[in-house]
Amino acid sequence: MSLNVGIDIGSTTVKVVVMKDGKIIFKQYERHFSQVRQKTLEILKEAEQAIGGRLFAVAISGSAGLGVAKSADFEFVQEVFATSKAIQKSKDNIDIVIELGGEDAKILFFTGGLEERMNGTCAGGTGAFIDQMATLLDVSLDELDALSLKCQKLYPIASRCGVFAKSDIQPLLNQGAAKADIAASIFQAVVDQTITGLAQGRKLEGKIAFLGGPLYFFKGLRKRFVETLQLTDDNAYFSELGQFAVAIGSALYAEEHSKLFSYKEVIAKIESTANSAHSSRYLEPLFTDETQYRSFCQRHSRASVATIPIDSYSGAAYLGIDCGSTTVKLVLIGDEAQILYQYYDSNKGNTIDLVREQLLNLRTLCADKIQICSSVVTGYGEELIQHAFHVDHGIVETMAHFTATRHFCPEVDFILDIGGQDIKCFKVKNDSIDSIMLNEACSSGCGSFIETFAKSMGYSVSEFAQKGILSKHPVDLGSRCTVFMNSSVKQAQKEGAGVEDISAGLSMSVVKNAIYKVIRAHSADELGQKVVVQGGTFYNDAVLRSFEKELGKEVIRPNIAGLMGAYGAALYARKTSTGKSTLMSEEELKNFSHTAKAAACGLCSNKCSLTVITFGNGKKYISGNRCERPLGGGKKQEIPNLYEYKRNRLKSLQPISGKRGKIGLPLGLNMYENTPFWHAFLTELGYEVVLSDFASKEIYRKGRYSIPSDTVCYPAKLVHGQVEALMEQGIKTIFYPCLTYNFDEKKGDNHYNCPVVAYYPELLQANVQKLSEIMFLYPYFGLHRPKDFVKKAYQYFNKIDPDIKLSEIQSASQKAYDCYYQWQKDLKEKGAQALAFAQEHDCQVFVLAGRPYHIDPEINHGIDRMISSFGIVVVSEDCVADLVSPQKVHVLNQWTYHSRLYNAAKYCVLHDNAELVQLVSFGCGLDAITTDEVREILEQGGKLYTQLKIDDINNLGAVRIRIRSLLGAIEERKRKSLERRA
Amino acid sequence: MAKETRDYPVFTEEMKKTHTILLPMMLPIHFALMEQILRQHGYRTALLQNNSRNVVNEGLKYVHNDTCYPALLVIGQFIDALKSGKYDPDKTALMITQTGGGCRASNYIFLLRKALKKSGFENVPVISLNVAGLDESPGFKITLPLMIKFVYAMELGDFLMLLANQTKPYERNPGDTDRVVQRWIQKIIKHWEGKKIIRYGKIKKSYPAILRDFEAISKTNESKIKVGIVGEIYVKYSPMGNNHLEDFLRAEGAETVVPGLMDFCMYCLYNGIVGKKLYGGNPISYLGSLIGYRFFLKKQKGIIKAIKKHGVFDPPLEFSHTVELTKNYINPGVKMGEGWLLTVEMAELIAKGVNNIVCTQPFGCLPNHIAGKGMMNKIKAKHPGANLVAIDYDPGASEVNQQNRIKMMLANARQPEEKSDTLKTNASHAHCVKSQPEFQIL
Repeated sequence: MSLNVGIDIGSTTVKVVVMKDGKIIFKQYERHFSQVRQKTLEILKEAEQAIGGRLFAVAISGSAGLGVAKSADFEFVQEVFATSKAIQKSKDNIDIVIELGGEDAKILFFTGGLEERMNGTCAGGTGAFIDQMATLLDVSLDELDALSLKCQKLYPIASRCGVFAKSDIQPLLNQGAAKADIAASIFQAVVDQTITGLAQGRKLEGKIAFLGGPLYFFKGLRKRFVETLQLTDDNAYFSELGQFAVAIGSALYAEEHSKLFSYKEVIAKIESTANSAHSSRYLEPLFTDETQYRSFCQRHSRASVATIPIDSYSGAAYLGIDCGSTTVKLVLIGDEAQILYQYYDSNKGNTIDLVREQLLNLRTLCADKIQICSSVVTGYGEELIQHAFHVDHGIVETMAHFTATRHFCPEVDFILDIGGQDIKCFKVKNDSIDSIMLNEACSSGCGSFIETFAKSMGYSVSEFAQKGILSKHPVDLGSRCTVFMNSSVKQAQKEGAGVEDISAGLSMSVVKNAIYKVIRAHSADELGQKVVVQGGTFYNDAVLRSFEKELGKEVIRPNIAGLMGAYGAALYARKTSTGKSTLMSEEELKNFSHTAKAAACGLCSNKCSLTVITFGNGKKYISGNRCERPLGGGKKQEIPNLYEYKRNRLKSLQPISGKRGKIGLPLGLNMYENTPFWHAFLTELGYEVVLSDFASKEIYRKGRYSIPSDTVCYPAKLVHGQVEALMEQGIKTIFYPCLTYNFDEKKGDNHYNCPVVAYYPELLQANVQKLSEIMFLYPYFGLHRPKDFVKKAYQYFNKIDPDIKLSEIQSASQKAYDCYYQWQKDLKEKGAQALAFAQEHDCQVFVLAGRPYHIDPEINHGIDRMISSFGIVVVSEDCVADLVSPQKVHVLNQWTYHSRLYNAAKYCVLHDNAELVQLVSFGCGLDAITTDEVREILEQGGKLYTQLKIDDINNLGAVRIRIRSLLGAIEERKRKSLERRA
Repeated sequence: MAKETRDYPVFTEEMKKTHTILLPMMLPIHFALMEQILRQHGYRTALLQNNSRNVVNEGLKYVHNDTCYPALLVIGQFIDALKSGKYDPDKTALMITQTGGGCRASNYIFLLRKALKKSGFENVPVISLNVAGLDESPGFKITLPLMIKFVYAMELGDFLMLLANQTKPYERNPGDTDRVVQRWIQKIIKHWEGKKIIRYGKIKKSYPAILRDFEAISKTNESKIKVGIVGEIYVKYSPMGNNHLEDFLRAEGAETVVPGLMDFCMYCLYNGIVGKKLYGGNPISYLGSLIGYRFFLKKQKGIIKAIKKHGVFDPPLEFSHTVELTKNYINPGVKMGEGWLLTVEMAELIAKGVNNIVCTQPFGCLPNHIAGKGMMNKIKAKHPGANLVAIDYDPGASEVNQQNRIKMMLANARQPEEKSDTLKTNASHAHCVKSQPEFQIL
């Protein structure tokens, strides 16, 4: 007889099983809320009866179990290993296990070579992510699951990591998309993350078992897995015991490795370990004592905006509405800009109803005494609310914030606004905006992150903040991204840190993120004398204090920190009022109704997911679109867009049948630029060149199973699908050369390609198994040395086809170089025409500066068209790079594509009507170097720098705000300089 | 072409007498030797030992946070040292290596200069240590004797590191191995006094004595699993970069196998040879690479011969064989970062019977997408027994998560007999089960 106990302490739950002679006689599963030891003890006490007085073996597993096992001196077994043990010893015949836990995702392959994989550092598609999303939707976990089963449609949601997914989900909520659809899309994102992050080249086929808490609890998640992997009932295994697999494996392991203990011994051992571990990374407390805190509060209470009770006022009033990503704010001001009414609350995913309620309330309060003379709306929900309630104007939120701060503190030098999802900073010089800095997609989750965390620990934000103030030992939680912070928090909790210490630590992290990643400031002096901080996040005294501490400087926080956007909108309303507002009347508000419906736009290859909201009066509001086309309306004058031109030019390349058969070229990475060369070269050699299509979500899905590194850039990931697509067409030969060097354009110190561009074919060959079934050609060539190219190409192609003669190669390569240079020349001419057009029609020019592959509509998500829809001429960096002499830089200028960026920046500095917008793909290591340099060139030349970080995030909400902010700032500058001249 | 005028301070001849040159830490043995060599050649030097959390914080403060972790650490270490008050900023210079390849690493020196400017140390000169003739400093010249000493330092460093790795996990008296290493560092340096060229014969003579000293260390007869460490050069070697990976593995009861620094040098030189073959080019630099490559190869052979003759320790694989391994995996044209070397280092370890490998890289390391993670499937396909784990290092990565993944690899490493029969799992492997399980998970 043998008695074995397996204990699995995961990041969120404790599981215990007791096995007697291979039979499970006790099992229990509970959330531990970071009270690891207490919970384990509790469950063990419940198991006392099952265990009885006999001696037994015990082993501990799980990410939080390591510490317990160590200090209590029990056997520890790694959890993946435990799962594998349990599966191998069970009677089931399983090929693959997919196990999702609180923070980890794992895949185990049993057939064809045992292989175990865990998610890397950056993947949030796990239980904790689902928890966060439920909070965002303001539903319980059960409700989320139930909702998901009722879905009609799936939205594409970024699946690189949890934060990115959030950037897609939040706007869907604000657009009014159905919660059921969003819930299912969230589960789909988890599935996608698991596949891209973990399959890594192995196909998910055969009998698959799904284990772990989330897969046990969420039927909707199971459904998504089954559908995505196209499993049959025979192939998909879900079971009640699934969540105990690790604990079972631990019990089995215990049987072989552990000493025997009595029940009392085990309990005593675990009890003795309580609170023995402590975190080693502490920060200084925020306040040394109560007095310091009190004087801090006193100082900040002085910064306030005049407020009077609404019933003491009569006359004209102006309304500002700010629909942020997570909150709704309203401010009504009087003639003197005094506040009559204010409102601030979380939008709970239900903006329209909330605003309607508030407007009705306002109408009642105003009655006949106060006339709302104008209204302005700002924020993510701007367009929706403007359409729904006939708000007079909409302004971009950056300008709203700027307006408010300037009114509040005219001599301000620097403004920092941390909202729910955005960080915005403005440097003010000579009375106008000197530079705008916004957070990237990846450092978002600022304010809402603290909120989600507070809630998950059972506190309101303000209680949570108050705790932080009192912390004696704030923990250092790092600052890279919120997913990392999540695990740091859990780790700190396991090491015994209290809520106080975590609250204070989180505040420090949010602040450090803002200072070092967004502002990129190195000293307080850079920010100037007067610094104003605002945004709802700064209501949190712990954050405010952290900011002052990190900066070593006192700053000003207006008492309406969270309402500044709405206040700015109200001020704008006051300024632009004509005396009569279009805002809905009380009657109209009462009769207001709306319905939301999902639809897909079929007008171009972007296939945007649209949300169509129909209002009671029959009017429609469409969102989710990238361009103006689904909105109907007449065709406007064609405005030059070089991205469009480049795409059309590539599309015009046709296969010409030849004697040597078909050869496929995947349109990926550098191929967007080198295709003309290879197309001409191979066509001349007598190959029929078949080009793959531009990328799309479908193409991405085709190839994602073979991506070995989930942190590589999105453009590289898409190439997997491009080669799959070619093979699906029946192409038997694919040509995709490795190019260490690019053409030497004599702009920099060297002319490399980046490592990913240069060698991606090697990776494809090693990971896309099907490529070994066809002829995949990935030779190394140096196009920068035409004479050597002829020699090397002859050596290579002659081996492929001994009939190929040197003379053929010579003429083909002549043709190829001619074609490539002509292509470049045409491009530059077209660019010159576009610039001339802008001059003639007095248009703004945007140099949309990226890499050749950024022209792909799936990579740039239609950003070029969106900019174009503002009436702006879009040119690419390569059309202007040769119009200036090489730019001197402070870094090693050794990549061809990057040298163009520096020159393009210089061009913008030299031309009044040109602005630079840099496209950066997430994960591009080289752009960590170029972005700083491009910014410096622009800012020293008195221009604004705008960076758009892109990945597989679909929603362009954040991009639109950045573009509109830039336009707003340009206008503001123009106005100021006119004023000065006058 | 963009640097006709320099807007940063240069290390002048005069500074040689007044300034202390700070060296960042990467490989404790090698760098200690190099520091001493520089002293012998008239430079004042200090090898940095600071490794507190503040190093990371300074890095985060002054380097773009998406830049790779090694840049952050190296620059953070310098700034932390400059701010510590231990060195007079007016009398301090910094030294950093520069390889000149297509990776971000070639830019470290520029990022360092930017960081110095931002942190108020813009007067501190930076010396680039490279053989490509990049970024010259008038006060610092790599003379032939100095270069040759550096090469020998690398060779001896690799030699001592190899022997220490094979001895330390088994030493009966903790610290014995480290003491022998330190003793030999002192001895070698003493022998190399002066600025003259060192004769190789003299060095070769010391090999048997070194081998004897390591053999003499009292060891247990335990059998331990071997774990190879490969990856991006800085996080592979630097204990600060990889959260003391070697110590962790040893504490877990493993013997670490770490490929030497000479391999990396030979890899760089070999790329010069391959480059000519692939793209054509300057015959003189080709010849230079060839001569250098053969020189290193000969030195490595010397070590291998001595170890084989002695017969106690495992010698490294000859680099000419290492190069051969590319044929099965990756084109030697992949030359950015660690390039093809990283892939074949894994293959080499497996060929030597070390199936368990930790592949270390900074989070988002570009070349490692291809040569590291990108090649693992291929390696596993050829060697189903390969037990590989890729670990990303980053200021924000949680150490517990890293250790958990390494433990998963170790747990597999300890189960060789079970691993072999799990190719197809069923109820047939009851040989090690005491009680017959009756549960069905699904």
